[in-house]
Order: sequence, then structure tokens, then C-alpha cells
Amino acid sequence: MAFALTPEREKQAAALLDKYPERRAALLPLLWLCQRQNGYISDEVIAFVAEKLGLETAEVKGVVTFYTMFFQEPVGEHVIWVCRTLACDLRGGKAVQEHLQRRLGVVPGQTTRDGKFTLLKAECLASCGSAPMVQIDDDYHENLTAEKLDRILDEIAAGPPWVEGATGAASNTEEEG
Amino acid sequence: MSHASASPKILTARYHLEDSHTLAVAEKAGAYEIARRALTTMSPEQIREEVKKGNVRGRGGAGFPAGVKWGFLNPKPGQEVYLVVNGDESEPGTFKDRTLMERDPHRLVEGIIISCFAIGAHKAFVYIRGELRFGQLRVEAAIEEARAKGYVGPKPFGVDHPVDIVVHSGAGAYICGEETALLNSLEGRRGEPRIKPPFPAVEGAFRMPTIVNNLETIATVPGLIERGGEAFAALGRVPGDGGTRLYGVSGHVARPGVYEAPAGITLRELIEEFGGGLLDPSKKLKAVIPGGSSTPVLRPDRFVNAPDPNHPLHAYHEKSELDVPMAVDLYRALGTMLGTCCATVMDETVNMVEATRNLMHFYQHESCGQCTPCREGTGWILDLLNLITAGRATERELDLLVEVPNNMMGNTICAFADGTAMPLLGMIRQFPDEFREAVRRGEPLGVRHDETTRSLFEGQGGRA
Repeated sequence: MAFALTPEREKQAAALLDKYPERRAALLPLLWLCQRQNGYISDEVIAFVAEKLGLETAEVKGVVTFYTMFFQEPVGEHVIWVCRTLACDLRGGKAVQEHLQRRLGVVPGQTTRDGKFTLLKAECLASCGSAPMVQIDDDYHENLTAEKLDRILDEIAAGPPWVEGATGAASNTEEEG
Repeated sequence: MSHASASPKILTARYHLEDSHTLAVAEKAGAYEIARRALTTMSPEQIREEVKKGNVRGRGGAGFPAGVKWGFLNPKPGQEVYLVVNGDESEPGTFKDRTLMERDPHRLVEGIIISCFAIGAHKAFVYIRGELRFGQLRVEAAIEEARAKGYVGPKPFGVDHPVDIVVHSGAGAYICGEETALLNSLEGRRGEPRIKPPFPAVEGAFRMPTIVNNLETIATVPGLIERGGEAFAALGRVPGDGGTRLYGVSGHVARPGVYEAPAGITLRELIEEFGGGLLDPSKKLKAVIPGGSSTPVLRPDRFVNAPDPNHPLHAYHEKSELDVPMAVDLYRALGTMLGTCCATVMDETVNMVEATRNLMHFYQHESCGQCTPCREGTGWILDLLNLITAGRATERELDLLVEVPNNMMGNTICAFADGTAMPLLGMIRQFPDEFREAVRRGEPLGVRHDETTRSLFEGQGGRA
């Protein structure tokens, strides 16, 4: 079935086009808008976006495949990115990943059977001073302990599917130093 | 001890205020006063001159003087000029710009207004990596608040110099921090770097003259104009590196985080005064990556050898590498780079071969694939390190581990390949015995990096 944005998102899409001197520049924000509605970038989304911007579907696909945050396949209700680059690893990034694997019963790249969580490995997420950390949907969860991670996952699992908008500022900045 | 922590707080002056991200709080604490003064009492030339005098070395990692970069602009009649703010912050170990977006976005907006006026731009794009959604929302909200006040819009502070600001989200790609890759990403393309020249100041965003500055660099502008270029430059401890800047410290320190201090403090000060020393004081400090993963590693037990009085490092002859001021030119002379001033600290439990493998995994994952030496080279490097850490390598693989990066450097469109090769070669140069030993043993290394911190994660004394 052809993809279409909700009326409200359609308005946001129209506003996007006005922000840039060239139509094509709206490609990334438009893909974001579609992914936030659809969960991932399907072939139908690609066709929709190409049509809207006057691009070939191959051009849009070429862009989609370049960026790790555009999902090319369906993902769970929530996506967990666990940072495994050095600064996090020094503070327990690997332990976080192992804990998540045990708890969720999946390895990175997989989605839990109930469709709630997809686990992915991330490269450095600019949260090194508050490592170890994970990104879940739009939110960073920092200075993790096993207990804290479990609490966060309990809350998310009991809550609604993904809601738009991130909620937390960086911890471990000057004011605490 | 020199008390680097007692220096003036400029960039972080408002961080501690409750709701510091809102216009009401920021403005009460002085936000937009400098922009008002600059736009109503100074000419663009005067502002540019002050920024040049301020000796601001670009805060994104390359350390290019911001004032000089602005001087490259020479738009032809009818050409629009763009300001592009690089908030792609993705260099492993780096997490400073994020605090500005989240804690004081109005400082950024104020810096953009002044900078646009100074360089003759009417439109600024703030490119923020896709993962930093919270920072994006805070910057967007700040722009809207400033727009409602008229600070952003057709006549900022009554001055006939329209300024519009657009936040543009990345979507997960380290390479988009490279300025021409960023421009491609902004234009809706794959984030592949462009061949230079032309440089962005001649042909940048939408083929127009464009200045691309790091986000912290732009946020530095209000504080610089407030004090005047010379006074601001004098805050730096080393000639040539002006002002205060954000430092990050992470890894095996007691108080990881972001701190503001003068340009030119030493790594030892950063680790001890700000970072609170090692997380486990019973362990020995082994190595420090000074400014993001592309900057070659330093050792506390390596000493500067510069007996020649004309050597740039002569003043630090026989001192530890950790006691050389963190300044662009001194660090270059030391064989590393200042980078982003965000240090990754490692104690003696860290195996440097495994640490190298971790970082080279990053580069293999993030190479954009455009140039063959980089696309293939990063893969070869990771394969070699996988062999070595698995205990299945010979001396031949170790030689290749030096040969491959040497064939990448200088052979690609952008600096990514150099940024991969330099830290790799630096690791091998600084810790050759560890690499040889890994090969000689011929067994899987079987090490992990969280021996010092595992108890924190398991819930025995972790931070809240």
C-alpha cells in the first residue's frame, strides 16, 4: 500500500521545504518524519519521499543506506543502542551489552519475540563522561548500573510504545565538577 | 599545583542555573546583551578583527584559527553567504558540544547571530548528529524563543541584518563531522566528503560561500566580544591558543565530565584537578588519548626529548608528555594532536592491543567507502587486529599493521584515513612490546576493559 503522512505530519513536511534554498535538502528531515510515523523506511516510504522531492527512488535509497539511524527493516517498539566504543567500554559497555543480552534473550541485530525491543550496537554516542550508557529511542540513559538499567527497561516495557521527544540532559558536566 | 579550576567560567557560566536552557533564565544572566551591543555599536569588520585577535583555535579538532577562516570569505556580487555550525560531535571520547546544546543553547544562538552579522550571512544551519535528539530539541526551542523576541528574524535588535537559523539533523554517520561531508548531508546527499579545493569559503553549502565552524567555536564568540579579542586571548596560557575552552575527561578517572578551563592546561591538570585522579588510585596511569580517538596516544612515563633551545618543546625538555600544555602547535610538535580536548584515560588494566582493536572497529564501521585506500585499509586493519587478538598472527601481520596505514595516509579525499592511521601507528609506536607480546604468545588475548569499573555496573557503588 502506498505510504502517506498523517495530515499533521504533512503540514510539517510542507514547512520543511521552506527551510532550505533547495528542495533536495529536505530529504533527511523528511525521511526522519516518515520513520517517526512508520517505524522504518520501507520501499513505499522511499517512493513517497522520491515523489515529493522530485528524486529517483535510487537516489533516496542511496541516502537511506548511508545512515545507520534509518532502519531499512521493521524494528521493535523500542530500539536500544548500546555504546561499545572505547570510552564506554572502559566503564563497562561490554557488561551493559551482556546484561541486555541476558535479560532480553537476543543478540545485537535481533528483536525480542514480543516485538518490544530491538538491540543494536552503537559507535560512540558522545556520552563518554557519563559512561556506560545506552540510547533507547530518543533518550540517553547514562551512568548505568545493572539495577538502574533494569528499572529503566521495566518502566519502558510497561509503558506505551515509542513516544516522540527526548527527555534528559547530559549528566556529569561542570555544575557537578 | 596551578589551580586550573579557578579560571573564569565563560562558556559554562550559566550551566548551574535552574532551567538555564530557557530564554528567561539565560537573558536574566546576560544572554543577548553582547549580541545587542555588537550589532548596534560594532561593524562586521570590527567583530571579525576581535575574533582574529582572540586567537580562537577551532574547537572541532583541527585547531584552525577561527578568525583566519572567516577571512577566506570573498563572496562575488549576488552570492549568498551561509554559516554552518558543526554539531555533529562524533569523535570517540568527545562529549563537550552536547553540553552547550543542552545546558545553554541561547549562548549558541547568540553566537550565531553575532557571527552571521560579522561574516555577512543571513542564514545559519546548525547540523546536529541524529542521536542527540534532546540537544536538537533544546536548540530548536531556543531559536523559537529568540525568534519570538525578534532576536532572530528580519531585524535583530533593530538592525537591518536578517538572520534565520535552521537545525538540521544528521542520521548516524561519523564522517558527517568532516565539513564537506556535512555539507553534502545538509544538501540531502550521502555524507561523502568533497574534493578540496574548492574550500567551503569559496563553494560550500548550496554552492555558495560558506563558513563551517564547530559548535563550541561559535558559542565562544559572545564571551570573546564581551571581553575584547586581546583580553580573551590572554586567558589562554599559551601564545597562539586564546581563551577558555571546554575539556572532557572520561575513562578511568574519579570524576568524568565536561569542564571549562583556559586553553593550554596540561593533561595532568585535566586528569587530577578536574577528573579527580584515577578512579582506582591503587592502579597506575598507563595511557591517555588526549583529544578524541584520532589523536595519537600519550604516556605518562614518556618524556620530552628536546635539548635544542630552538625546539618548540624545549621548555618541556625531560618532562612527561602529560606536562606539555594542551595547545595546538605544542601538541603537533609532540607527535600527537590537540583534537577536541576530550581525553580518554586508561589505567594499567587496559590492554593496548585490545584498545586499538576497539577503536579500529570504529573506523572500519565509519569509513564512508568513497576512497579505496580507506575503505579497504580500515577493513584490513581490523582483520589484522582480530587475528592478533585471537592469537593467530605472525610477525608478518604485525608488519602489515604498519604497512597498511602508511599506504592510506595522504591517498584519500579527506582526513579520515589519516585520522585512522595516525592513532594506530601511535599505539604501535608507544606500546610496541604489547603488540609483539600478543603475537608471540599466540593465544587469544581474552581481556576486557572494565576490570576497574565492573563493580560499579554490578551495583557496588555506582553513580546515581
